[in-house]
Amino acid sequence: MYEKNGEKYFVVDTHMHYWDARPENWVAGHEQYAKGWIECFHAYMGLAPAETHWPLEKFYKIDEDTLMRDVFEDGYVDVAIFQPTYLKEWYRDGFNTTEQDGALAEKHPGKFIVNTRFDPRDGDAGLKELEEKVARWGSRGVKLYTAEWREGSRGYTLKDREAYVYLEKAQQLGIKNIHVHKGPTIWPLDKDAFDVSDIDHAATDFPELNFIVEHVGLPRIEDFCFMATQEPNVYAGLAVAIGGLMHARPKFFAKVMGELLFWVGEDKMMFGSDYSIWEPKWQVEQFVDWDYPSDEFSDYPRVNAASKKKMLGLNAAKLYDIHVPVEYQLPGPGAPGVLGAVGVDERAGAKV
Amino acid sequence: MTHEREVLDALGTVRDPELDEPVTSLGFVTSCTVSADGVADVRLRLPTYFCAPNFAWLMVADAYDAVSGVPGVRQTQIELEDHFASTEINRGVAARAGFVRSFDGLAETELDELRTDFVRKAMLAATDRVCRPLLAAGRTPDELAVLTLGDVPQSPDRERLRARRAELGLPAGEDAPLLVDPLRGEAVEVEALPLHLRKARLTGISLQANASVCRGLLRERYAMVGIGEEEDR
Repeated sequence: MYEKNGEKYFVVDTHMHYWDARPENWVAGHEQYAKGWIECFHAYMGLAPAETHWPLEKFYKIDEDTLMRDVFEDGYVDVAIFQPTYLKEWYRDGFNTTEQDGALAEKHPGKFIVNTRFDPRDGDAGLKELEEKVARWGSRGVKLYTAEWREGSRGYTLKDREAYVYLEKAQQLGIKNIHVHKGPTIWPLDKDAFDVSDIDHAATDFPELNFIVEHVGLPRIEDFCFMATQEPNVYAGLAVAIGGLMHARPKFFAKVMGELLFWVGEDKMMFGSDYSIWEPKWQVEQFVDWDYPSDEFSDYPRVNAASKKKMLGLNAAKLYDIHVPVEYQLPGPGAPGVLGAVGVDERAGAKV
Repeated sequence: MTHEREVLDALGTVRDPELDEPVTSLGFVTSCTVSADGVADVRLRLPTYFCAPNFAWLMVADAYDAVSGVPGVRQTQIELEDHFASTEINRGVAARAGFVRSFDGLAETELDELRTDFVRKAMLAATDRVCRPLLAAGRTPDELAVLTLGDVPQSPDRERLRARRAELGLPAGEDAPLLVDPLRGEAVEVEALPLHLRKARLTGISLQANASVCRGLLRERYAMVGIGEEEDR
C-alpha cells in the first residue's frame, strides 16, 4: 500500500517474475539465446532511473530476501501476481516456472498469486499438466508467451485450433484471466509476430474469460487499442509501458497514456512492474505523481487519484477477487475493489 | 572510384519498416567502407538480439539492393551483427535466396504483404503529421475533408505522406484528396473523419514510441554511436 497527499493506494503488481538466468542454467548449445534473452532484459532495466540499475550478475538471479524487500517492503505492493515464462529450449530448468514461483509463494501466504501457463503445442500431456498445476498452485490465471520456441517451432497464435482446446480446458478448470505476451517470433515467420488479432478472435469466442494484453500490445499499441475498444473482456497490462517509458521517455509516456485512457479506459488498465526488470518502488511513486506535462494533451481523458487507484490495484483486485480493505476502496457501490468477496489469503493461501 | 558518402546516402533511403525511419538515423549502421576495387562492406546492428527476424531481413535485403545500386559498387557485403538470426539473414540475402528458402520450414511466403501492411501504418502516421498542425491552427475536420494534397503547404511531412501513398499505389498527385483510406485509397467521408484522424494519431504515436524505445535499448546495448545516428524528433 502506498499513501500520498492523504490518498491511499492498494497496489496489485499484475506482472512480476522470479527467474533463474544464471549461466549454469543455460542449455548447452543454446547458450547464445539464453545470454541474448537476459541481456536484452537487462538493457530494458537501463530505461529506469540510474540509481535503480543493477549489475548483470545480480540481474541473473536474485534471492528471496531481495525480492521480498524490493516488492513488498520498499515497493508498496500488497499482492503480486507471478507470470511464468518457461523458455526451456534455452534454460535447462526453465527461465521462470510455476514451480519456482509457487515455492516462494508457499513461504509467504497471502502475498502472491501463482499464475501458470500452457503451450497449445504440448498436446494431451500438456492438458494434463495444466490440470495438475492448477490443482497444485490454485492458479486463476495463465500467462501465454506466443513467441516461445519449441523444438523446430518458433511460436504459435491463439487462432490455432489447439489453442482453443487449451482455452476450453482452462475455463473448465476455473481459470479466469489469460495474460498474453507477444514476442518477436511466431509461425510462420513471415507474419507479424506482434499482431494481436488472434487475441481478438479468442476474446470474442471466450466471453467468460478476461484477456489481459501484456505490455499494452507493444510494439502494436495501435492494433491493441482498436481491438480493446471493441472487446469488453480485453484489458491492458501496463508493465513495460510504465517501466520503459515513464522515466526514460516522459513525452511519449504521456502520449501513450493519453491514447490508452481514450481507447481502453482507466477501468481496464492494470499496473505491472515486470520485476525484476524494474523495481516497483519508483514506478509506483512516479505513477502516483504523474500527470500530463502540458496543455498539448488537453484533449485526452483526465486522470486523478481515483483513476490511479483503479490502475494500481483496484481493477486487478476485481479480476482476481482480491479483498481490498475498505479504506483503500473507492466510495460508492459497484466501484472496482468494493466487490472483492474472497480474501487473498483464502484464494492464494489456501492451496499454497 | 566510389565514395563512402554515396553508399551512406543509399543507406539513408533504407527504412526500418516498423518505425518508418532510415536505418542511418536510427543508429543501425556501424561501419561503411568501400575498397578501391569497388567492394562495399556495411555493418548493421539492431537494438536487441531478438528483434523480429522478418523486419531484420527486410532491412538487410533493402540495404543490399540500395548499396548494389550505387554506381561503381562492384560487390556488396551487408553483415547484420549480434542477432539470433544473423547467419540465416546474411547468408540468405547475399545468395538472393529469399526469406522462405532461408528460413526453411519456418516461413510460408515472402515478406511483401508484411511490408505493405507496415507502409499502410506509415501512411496513417504521416497523415497525422500533416493534419495535426492544421487542426492545431484551427482548421476543422470538415474543412480537411475537402482539401487536396496540393492544398497543404509544402513540407517534408507532406512529401513523406505522398511517398507512402505512391508506394501503396494510392492517389498521390496534387489533386488527390488529402485524406484517403489506406486500403482502398478512397476519400474519407466527413462522418468517418474524426475516427480516421484519431486512428492516424494513435498510429503515429505508436511508431514514435517504438522508435523511442528502440533508441533507448540501442544506447544501453552499445556505447558507440551509429553513423548518421540522430536523436528523437
